[in-house]
Amino acid sequence: MSSKVLTEPVGNVAVALPPLQRITLTINGAEKQLEVAPWTSLLDLLREYLDLTGTKKGCDHGQCGACTVLVDGKRINSCLTLAVMKDGCEITTVEGLSKGDQLHPVQEAFIEHDAFQCGYCTPGQICSAVGLINEGHAKTTDDIRELMSGNICRCGAYPGIVAAVEQALNVCQPNR
Amino acid sequence: MNSFSYTRAKEVDTAVREITQDKSAKFIAGGTNILDLMKENVERPDRLVDINRLPLQQVEGTTDGGLRLGALVSNADTAYHPEVVERYPLLSKTILAGASAQLRNMATDGGNLFQRTRCYYFYDTATPCNKREPGSGCSAINGYNRIHAILGTSEQCIATHPSDMCVALAALDAVVNVKGPSGERQIKFADFHRLPGNEPQYDNTVQAGEIVTSIDLPAEGFAKNYTYLKLRDRASYAFALVSVAVGLDLEGDTVKEARVALGGVAHKPWRKPEAEALLKGQKATKENFRKVADALLQGAKGFGSNTFKIELAHRAIVRALVMATEMKKK
Repeated sequence: MSSKVLTEPVGNVAVALPPLQRITLTINGAEKQLEVAPWTSLLDLLREYLDLTGTKKGCDHGQCGACTVLVDGKRINSCLTLAVMKDGCEITTVEGLSKGDQLHPVQEAFIEHDAFQCGYCTPGQICSAVGLINEGHAKTTDDIRELMSGNICRCGAYPGIVAAVEQALNVCQPNR
Repeated sequence: MNSFSYTRAKEVDTAVREITQDKSAKFIAGGTNILDLMKENVERPDRLVDINRLPLQQVEGTTDGGLRLGALVSNADTAYHPEVVERYPLLSKTILAGASAQLRNMATDGGNLFQRTRCYYFYDTATPCNKREPGSGCSAINGYNRIHAILGTSEQCIATHPSDMCVALAALDAVVNVKGPSGERQIKFADFHRLPGNEPQYDNTVQAGEIVTSIDLPAEGFAKNYTYLKLRDRASYAFALVSVAVGLDLEGDTVKEARVALGGVAHKPWRKPEAEALLKGQKATKENFRKVADALLQGAKGFGSNTFKIELAHRAIVRALVMATEMKKK
């Protein structure tokens, strides 16, 4: 009996872990050579291995937007992205938006409009707003609401968030 | 999430070979659905084959005057592509009605076709589900089924297909190009997804080892009179309870051709050519639109919490046809 068990395929029993993957990412302007397990999400890589804890883990299922970062200038949910998939890409997190002490116009606008309460969703909101401005499809206030719908704010600071994004949009794209 | 190994394919043939050789391997493109399902232990692949570097990133014209969307073009790039906006505004509008800006930046056109149902019981590994575990039973039929299907259901499964994009592709009569171990073939969109029947574990008719390479849109895009009406629990970033994609070819007030596809009501985008044919040569009136709705919803069956969808769908079909008709007047 026992010998039969031994000759059967191992199936889903835990065995040796698959090898780590060697990747290169440029994170907030700095190139990093990294070794990651295939299942490490970009979010976990940033928070747990690189101590970039500005990016937040909310739902971890792509539903709340707290993990939003920019990959090659485009906003994505880092919780639903494997780090290995982004080998060779440029990642920008909330930590990489300011130029020294000079905050990004979106960050300035969030402070000016008091666009948060607890602040947990804020880094995702800010990165999402920067992505929205890069994309250039928001023309009206309603467009801002629609195109920011992937970022949930549990405190309900939406009026301030929309006002802040609108102000930043006017600063960055005055002729829209 | 289970542990898995990872490889990256650079050529379509390599990807096909890798997926054919390893039955427990899965493709990953945008990852927005499969990674979510892996976190829930619904999907447990031993290996992921990353297809993001395959040369399937082009949007280009076809010889018959249509447009070919590479399987790896993102949903966002498709929706905002100038030719899609101008010639296939129904597709653009439909894509933008789904998910969030972040997810549309990640999700690919090919991947969108393979989205799995958002049935709560399919996601909950503690409950029986014939789609996740064939033969275990359906928890939705006698459970909470507010988001579930009213058309084409079986005793095995009442799940719906969650995609918005696919509803427009169904209305437009798109064609899906696939490549497999035995070569290339084309699948008409109406035949791409399937009804659950006795094998609800199969969402579509793609065979093991096949990969979607592109989606072809025919020349006719119904760019003058179209609409996508999506009814859901909040104004943005929610799945459809009922959605209707309409494309009309009008001559004055007379309908030359009509396309009506429904989302949120079945295991696949729901179309019925005989219902659409009722409008051919007829006036674009509410009375005639009601006949189309009657025909489209013939045999609709509710399961308790979702019975409201029958009336909702009927009214949505009529409303969407009116909206599409009235576009020309603006």
